[in-house]
Amino acid sequence: MGFLTFKGGVHPNDGKSLSKDQAIQNAVAGDKLYFSVSQHIGAPAKPIVEKGDRVLRGQMIAEAGGFVSAPVFSSVSGTVTGIEKMRMPAGNLMDCIVVENDRKNEEIEYEEADWHSLSKEEILDRIKKAGVVGMGGAGFPTHVKLSPKDPDAIDFIQVNGAECEPYLTSDYRMMMEHPDRVAEGLRIMLSLFPHAKGQICIENNKMDCVEKMQKETAGDANIEVHVMKTKYPQGAERMLIYANTGRSINSSMLPADAGCIVDNIATVAAVYDAVALGKPLMERIVTVTGDAANHPGNYLAPTGMLFSELIEQAGGLKEGYEKLISGGPMMGFSVFTTQIPLTKTSGGILAMMKDEVAAAEPSACINCGRCVSACPEHLIPTRLSVYADHNDKQRFMEHDGMECCECGSCTFVCPAKRQLAQSIKSMRKICLADRKKKK
Amino acid sequence: MAGKLQVSSSPHIRSKVTTSKIMMAVVVALLPAAVYGVWLNGGHAAAVLILSVLSAVLTELIYEKIVGRPVTISDGSAVVTGLLLGMNMPPQIPFWIPIIGSVFAILVVKQFFGGLGQNFMNPALGARCFLMLSFAGHMTNFDVSGYAAKHIVDTVSGATPLAAVKAGETADLASMFFGNIKGTIGETSALMILIGGIFLIAAGIISWRIPVIYLATFSVFALIFGGHGFDLYYLACELCGGGIMLGAFFMATDYVTRPITVKGQYIYGVLLGVMTGIFRIFGGSAEGTSYAIIFSNLLVPLIERSTIPAGFGIVKEKKKGGEAA
Repeated sequence: MGFLTFKGGVHPNDGKSLSKDQAIQNAVAGDKLYFSVSQHIGAPAKPIVEKGDRVLRGQMIAEAGGFVSAPVFSSVSGTVTGIEKMRMPAGNLMDCIVVENDRKNEEIEYEEADWHSLSKEEILDRIKKAGVVGMGGAGFPTHVKLSPKDPDAIDFIQVNGAECEPYLTSDYRMMMEHPDRVAEGLRIMLSLFPHAKGQICIENNKMDCVEKMQKETAGDANIEVHVMKTKYPQGAERMLIYANTGRSINSSMLPADAGCIVDNIATVAAVYDAVALGKPLMERIVTVTGDAANHPGNYLAPTGMLFSELIEQAGGLKEGYEKLISGGPMMGFSVFTTQIPLTKTSGGILAMMKDEVAAAEPSACINCGRCVSACPEHLIPTRLSVYADHNDKQRFMEHDGMECCECGSCTFVCPAKRQLAQSIKSMRKICLADRKKKK
Repeated sequence: MAGKLQVSSSPHIRSKVTTSKIMMAVVVALLPAAVYGVWLNGGHAAAVLILSVLSAVLTELIYEKIVGRPVTISDGSAVVTGLLLGMNMPPQIPFWIPIIGSVFAILVVKQFFGGLGQNFMNPALGARCFLMLSFAGHMTNFDVSGYAAKHIVDTVSGATPLAAVKAGETADLASMFFGNIKGTIGETSALMILIGGIFLIAAGIISWRIPVIYLATFSVFALIFGGHGFDLYYLACELCGGGIMLGAFFMATDYVTRPITVKGQYIYGVLLGVMTGIFRIFGGSAEGTSYAIIFSNLLVPLIERSTIPAGFGIVKEKKKGGEAA
């Protein structure tokens, strides 16, 4: 049977069985919460509270720092104690507004609305004011994505339910437990575009989600549920668009150039919360999993909570684990501390007993071509990595090195265990910095 | 909180395929043909195979020790080179010839160019051609005597059935397919080589592209220029004879010396087919596979350069006419 897919990709062990059947549980915020002012792509948010201020759950504590930016909300009630620099998953330090939790959980009043009666501008404004950003990992502000130059040219809104990253099951649980929120979120988004059709795109390892979503959207003439082949990186934006529409875009184009808008499952549900319930984005589903997790599971966790607190509530980790990853094993960041606050884009915490990377010593490239067949961008990773290592920017660019989507498939398949993606990623950063300088 | 955590760039998981597993798979795939060769030709052939493997591995070990490079014999690539070279030896060859061949293959063709992955020519074939030029008498002596005479169908007057076909005689196709004919230790049985080759394709170690395109192109070439018209019996003899089967499945597919691009592999297959055709039909000797492969090896960088694929979603602008690059 032919499922929708793309050319290339890899089949890592998906590890989802560890946590997929664990229903979403509520995680409880600790004594202090740390709200990063930069949980999104774009300008950091500007704090609007001061030390000593009392804040409520759902209250805005930092406002958007520009159009491409998003406000930040407190997920607890308590007192602002100041701004501290905290580690982020990528290892950098970021200003975080610290709120001391008074455990009263007093909330602001949310302004519910019947979205059918709202204008497009009002809908976009509610999404913007709720701080909704892409929760799949990139954190691109959703109101910007939903404001393309020409709304008439949007043919499809793809809801990315691929969850192709191994181990993560937060989108799976969302579809299983809250299909209504996902479907309603999509309906709201579709109402912004006169010609758009909705496509809920799910990999064929989640047929139960396919059924749920089909049932949920049975009455919607303009929504289809698409079944895609289970393959990494099926959920990469450009691969997803190609699989579902046959349209190809390169790295310097936007999905809107192909008449598409792609948003992940959690984001679409957050759109519903924002528009219909008036609830800002201040909590999300996080999967805590891996062979080192005592009780792998899925948690509705407040942003600002520390990794260490969530891990402890999830039953802790086994003795002697070697690696902790924020996100999935293919594109997530390995972290060296658990004193990292959750953000709007934290989809999972993965704990591994054994670090496969350290165990795999790189050796000479044998030119086998596995990276070439795996590359979803049709590149030649082994050559690009050599140009990168030789700092040969010209040939790196000529061979479309900038097209790399950093999915890591090349490194995964390499029998010589070479760090292909790492070399290519570093070179891309250097070239991007050069481009900026020239401008 | 545990002790120190490992930090690395993503991805954090690795596939289970390793270089040494790939090399082992190639050795396993060569075994049917090698074992058949030993059964056919007896103990001397077994000793030739063992000696060529051992001397290839030892050469690599000693060279790497002397120049102070990390020892890489455990990756299994030297085993493959030694085994392939041994299988390309006539069964009665004096022992010193495969030893010289293995040393040449590993030292000159592979290590002098930087070791695994850096050689521009298949080491086993480079060595075979070196031996052919240097010790032509020994390398083309396929006389059958003693033990081997029991199994081998020796109805042809030429050195091998392929030479007989070239000279216009007819050969026994069945024995050419099963392999009880005169030839080098590992190349006579088309059946055994096919078994190994299909195993490699099924296991995902090699792609079907190069062997299939190579053999298909050669077939077309032989039917057109072979001088036998549309004679499928003749074609079958050409395909089963000489080293073309072993070459197509095991040497033309050598990762290091074939193009890495998909388009390049099609071109490479066609090139191999045409070259083998030219050498076999118009050339002086009946055999041309080895030369076709090493000549094509030399063209691989050029083929790759001209077949770099465009990135996903990239539309390459065509160069305007008249604009010289």
